[in-house]
Formats: sequence, C-alpha cells, structure tokens
Amino acid sequence: MKLLTHNLLSSHVRGVGPRGFPLRLQATEVRINPVEFNPDFVARMIPKVEWAALLEAADTLHLVEVPKGPIEGYEHDEKFLRQMHHVLLEVDVLEGTLQCPESGRLFPISRGIPNMLLSDEETET
Amino acid sequence: MDSNHQSNYKLNKTEKKFLRKQIKARHTLLRHEGIETVSYATQSLVVANGGLGNSVSRSQLLPALEKCGLVDALLMPPNKPYSFVRYRTADEAKKAYITLNGKEIVDDLGQKIILYLNFVEKAQWKELGLQALPPGLMVVEEIISSEDEKMLLESVNWTEDMDNQNVQKSLKHRRVKHFGYEFHYENNNVDKDKPLPGGLPDIWDSILEKWLKEGLIKHKPDQLTVNQYEPGHGIPAHIDTHSAFEDEIVSLSLGSEIVMDFKHPDGVTVPVMLPRRSLLVMTGESRYLWTHGITPRKFDTVQASKGHKSGIITSDVGDLTLSKRGIRTSFTLRKVRQTPCNCSYPVVCDSQMKATPPSFPGSAREASQLEQEYVHRVYEEIAGHFSSTRHTPWPRVVDFLKALPSGSLVADVGCGNGKYLGINKELYMIGYDRSQNLVDICRERHFQAVIGDALAVPLRSGSCDACISIAVIHHFSTAERRVAALRELVRLLRPGGTALIYVWAMEQEYNKKKSKYLRENRISQGKEEISSGAVVPESLTEQVPDVGNQDAAGCVAAITDLQEGGGHASTVTKAKLPVHTNRTSFHSQDLLVPWHHHGKPGKDKAVGAAGPRDPGPVFHRYYHVFCEGELEAACQTLGHVRLLQSYYDQGNWSINNNKAKPEKLQMPTAVE
Repeated sequence: MKLLTHNLLSSHVRGVGPRGFPLRLQATEVRINPVEFNPDFVARMIPKVEWAALLEAADTLHLVEVPKGPIEGYEHDEKFLRQMHHVLLEVDVLEGTLQCPESGRLFPISRGIPNMLLSDEETET
Repeated sequence: MDSNHQSNYKLNKTEKKFLRKQIKARHTLLRHEGIETVSYATQSLVVANGGLGNSVSRSQLLPALEKCGLVDALLMPPNKPYSFVRYRTADEAKKAYITLNGKEIVDDLGQKIILYLNFVEKAQWKELGLQALPPGLMVVEEIISSEDEKMLLESVNWTEDMDNQNVQKSLKHRRVKHFGYEFHYENNNVDKDKPLPGGLPDIWDSILEKWLKEGLIKHKPDQLTVNQYEPGHGIPAHIDTHSAFEDEIVSLSLGSEIVMDFKHPDGVTVPVMLPRRSLLVMTGESRYLWTHGITPRKFDTVQASKGHKSGIITSDVGDLTLSKRGIRTSFTLRKVRQTPCNCSYPVVCDSQMKATPPSFPGSAREASQLEQEYVHRVYEEIAGHFSSTRHTPWPRVVDFLKALPSGSLVADVGCGNGKYLGINKELYMIGYDRSQNLVDICRERHFQAVIGDALAVPLRSGSCDACISIAVIHHFSTAERRVAALRELVRLLRPGGTALIYVWAMEQEYNKKKSKYLRENRISQGKEEISSGAVVPESLTEQVPDVGNQDAAGCVAAITDLQEGGGHASTVTKAKLPVHTNRTSFHSQDLLVPWHHHGKPGKDKAVGAAGPRDPGPVFHRYYHVFCEGELEAACQTLGHVRLLQSYYDQGNWSINNNKAKPEKLQMPTAVE
C-alpha cells in the first residue's frame, strides 16, 4: 500500500461518517519500490493530498525529508516534487494495520493489501 | 552483426519488425507478468517465447544460449512462455541479446519460435510457497509388474460396440469406460440401484486382494473407471462427488507417466508426478477437499535431474524441463457410498449442502446472505480460472480511461483481476474487490488494490476524479442495494467527477443484432465453450441480450414495487431463482448463471472429439440483468447526478454519470 492510497482510505464503520479518516497506520514491514519519476504527475497529485494525514503517516514510518506542505511554485521545484514522489509513490507498506480513528476498529494490511471488509453489523445502512 | 554500427545505418524493414515485436514483448511481460525490463545491458535477460509454456525445453534453449557465453543459470518457470538466463558477464549477455533477438529456434513440436530478449536487473523467479503433498495422498511406485501392466492394458477392449454393458464414451478430452456402476457425467454420480452386470473384471480380484493384504487399501472397491488419455488430453480439476463414493479412491497409471495437479481451495497448487505403473491413493483431505485434474497438453513440466520419480514437481526453476506425454491409461477404483457423506469438509460436500435452491431475497439480511453465497464465495473459488479468462479489457472502458486527464484519481470498484488498473499510466488508480484471491492477483501485477465492499467503499468522500464499476452492480440482489451501490460511487466523486457503470443487459439482442454473448453460441457449437485465444476472452459472462422490445417502463415499475417492499414483495419472495443456460436469452431478470470450472482450456483444438462435455465443478453466480432504462432510472433516484451518456455495448447497459457541481452541498448523500 502506497501512502497516496493511505491518504484516500477511510473507514466506514457504522456511525463514524467522515470521522473515519485518517486511518492510523502501524507498519511492521515497509519496502521502498523505485518508481519512475514523473514530475507532472506528482505535481497534479499535490492539491489532492490531505497533508495532516500524510505527515502523520510519514511520521509513523519515520520517513525523513518529507515536505511539511505545498510550497510556492512547487510545480517547478524538482527537489520538492522528488521528495513527494518518494513519499507518495515509492514507500510501500507490506505488513501492518490501519485503525479507524473513531471506532478503533483495526484493519489488517497483509502482503501490501489492506483488508477493509466489515461485517454486515458493522456497516452503515 | 556488430552492434556499434547499428546506429549508423537505417534499419531495414525486417529489423524494424523485430524491434517492434521486441518492444511488444517487453510491454506484455510488464503488463501480464509484472516483469520489468531495463534498457541498459545487465548480466540477465528475459527470453520471451523461450519458455516451457511455449513447448521450448531446456535442452533446446540452453545450447543456443551457451553459444553466446557462459551461462550461469537458466530459470524456466513452469507453464510460462518465457525464461530467464543469467550470464557470467554483462558482455556475454549483450552478445546473446544481439545474436539471439529475433532468432528462430524449433520447439519440441517442430514449430519455429522466434525469441525476443530483453535485459532485466535480476534473473529471478518467486517460489510459490512451500510444497508438500496434500494430506492423505500417497503415490506407490512400481505397484505392478510390466507383465501385469501389459495384461491389464490388453484386458480393456476399446473397440467393443457402444451398446456394450460396460458403458464406454469418448469424452471431449479422453476415452472412458465404466465397470460395476456407470458414472453419470450429467450429475457426477452413480445410479446406486443399477449396478452394471458382471461387476469388475475377474482379473482385478487377485490384484485387489493383494493390495488389501498389504494395507494399501482398506475397502474393496466395487466401481472401476478406465480412462485413456492421449497426449494433449486432460481432465478438468474436480473433486469426486462426496455422496457417490467412499473415502478411499485409488488410481493406477499405466502406459505412461503424467503430472496431476492438486489444488487446495486456498489456491495452493501441487503438481504431482504419477509414474508409469504407480498407484495413487487419495484419502481424507486430499480426497474430500483438494481438486485434482490433468491439464490438456502434450508436454509436462518435470524435474530435469535423474532419479526423481514420483511426487511433487518442485518449483526449483533451475531444474525443470519438459517431458513428452505418451498414451496413459488410468484405472480408477472406488467404492460406491450407500449412506450420505459426513466428512469434515461441509463447504465442498454435496451431502451436507443445502438441497434447496436459493430464493429471491425477502430482506436485506437475506440479500446479503444470497450475495455472500452466490457471488462472493463463488468468485473466491473461481478467482484463478476467472482471471485466466479475463485478460482483454473492453474497448469502450479503455476509451473512457484513456480520455481522463493526466493525474486523475480513479477508483475501480469491483476491479476483479485488475485488467483496467494499468490501462492508463497517467492515472492513479486504486482497485477494490470483495475477493481476496482476485485482489491478490492485482497486487501481483503491482497495482494498488484493497479488499473492500462496493456498498461501503473505504475511500473518503469526494476524493475521486472518476470511478468505474464494470459488471458489478448486477450482482446486488435487491433494488435498494443496487441503488445503494450507485449512491456509493457518486459519494466517492468530487463535484464534476465522472463515473462509468456497466451492467449486464436483459436484452441480448438490440436493434436486431445479437450480442457477442449469443453469437458465441452459434459459432462455438460443438467446440470448446471457453475458447482460449484472444478472440473471445469475455465469453462466459459479461456479454449479454434477447428480449427485443421489452418495455422499459415495466422494469422501472418493478424497481418501485420492491423499494416500497412490504406486503407486495412477499409474493415475489418465495420464488426460487431460475438457473440460466449459458449463451441463451434471459427469461428472468433475477437468476443464477452457471460457471463451469474447466481445467485450463487447452490450446490444442484438434483434440476436441465430439463427445459429451467434460464435467467440471459448476458454480452458480447470482445476477440481476438490467432492462433498458432501468439503470438510468436507478441513477435518477440519486440527487446531484447528471447522466452524460447511456448506451448499449455488446449486451451491457452502460452509463456515464457526472456529479453536478453543487453549490449547496459538500457531501452529497443522495436524496431519495
């Protein structure tokens, strides 16, 4: 699971509504997967990122050199874009858990795949 | 041939063609196998077309490779159309790259195969987990003498009349003959009240007595099925019907060795070598829970090292080669069961499964249970086979994805094996599916995929620029749930975002034109039901339509009735769901569609004798097929949605929705 994916994931336990975001990340195995750098693509991702969630996740993984937020003229700032490229697309969480911040429900991440399934009783109707 | 000169002259036509093909091979490897090639010289190469799956054996490929330098390792993964070679130095690898690219070699079948080579960082192949024989399985080598083998083979008279008491049939992929009881392939069972006169041939008495005495078997079998497999023949993966036979099933292999594949429902496959004159004994878990089958092909992947006989074909890719199949005759001996089966594997036990077909759901809970059993569980079971028949993306879905602006965030809700996740590299796509096995396949292809439910997609609201839902919503069994699934897609979209939704159509004929789904039937009568080539990849399910002038309003009314539910719906509730006949028109909107779990459809079309279809396990998936106008009507019950386009595409209804740019709301929870 890339951190950009994490940045979009939200829990849907009954009653939590929008408070199911962001999911608290705990990782026991992380891999860095080199991905070809595409500055335009990364630049387009920047406005879509929820920064607080990203910084929290990056912090949990002890990542360094993570920009604290979008900077002026980031579209042309290769250093910034490369750092964002790394944190959003190259960091791959293989094993760990995601926890719903509201209900405390834990979702496992196994072999890079988050399992977000809920039982009928847990889902919002 | 000197590569340094290459850039100095214009490539001729043939060279251009090779270059094109080589690039194509590179794309295919990446897309289908996740193998990344590199554009600079390394020690290692991936050899496209030079694989065991392409009938190229180690003994053919290795000499060609060795002419270019010292080969450190040649890895040939089973059933794959490529292999990896590692040279001692990058220079030698470079020489092979230059010399062998576009070069023909002759495969084991005498056909010419052109090799395409590309550099890779590392020659590696992931081992597929640990391999051990399925519990309860045993292979006893040299169980009978060559003389007895000869006598037994001669005892079977394949030329007898067809009306003979010992029923003989030529199935599509093998010849078969029954003694003691006839095995009926229609229901995979025997008629216990109608034993065949004569019982087992006398010759078996002494052999069975001996096996009993030696403790190889505990019960004396009373049913014998003789199968004859020519090279290229096979038998689909199956579990012998629990209620038909007792625990112990044994099978004697004569004439030639063969590799039999055992598969656990979790997806673990164990190929087992059955040497000539060996006895396979299946008891317990291996008999009740694991499927077994023989892939129709002319060569088996076997251990290259001498001395290895029965047992598992390990995934040591440095030690695999091909073995040409001969004519194998198997004698399978079973004891007919007189009481219902009470094994510990109820999930696959016909005695312990509910006998009644499912009803139309009367409540949300029943709907969820129906989908659990007739959608989710089935996809989990058939994931591998399903995925192998789903490699060609639908062109109009591809068009939609390719037209999206670069940098769009896209959710594929119900992504299956992920065939749309890599279509447009300029998108960030995340796939969701209920099936762990299908999501695993996506992940193996290096896609972002999450296990999740289409009614509660685990994504924050308004986060997606686009969503696709291809052949998913027809699996929800009530109108409320279908609307809820649509509402969930809309929730994910940002204002102005678009969703593309495909559902199977009730109408299998539109504007007087039969859908591909129906047309396939005509073309393929008497042939394979699932064709393997690229021509018909979607055959079994997703194409649809034949009601012609079905009144759309009638269908919409049906939705309303159900939504209002209560008393009115109860008459519908009791109705049993009909089972659909594949490749025919639909007669009901709610139905079960059979999935025939074939073994891997063989490439060898010539084998197809016109016998009855090979039996394989059948799974039923629930579908609600949509009438014209029904999908649109369902979308209109959602607020803030603008229908951009609605069309009929090869038996599917499709719509393209656009979320209105709302001034008034942030979180468009849809309005009823």
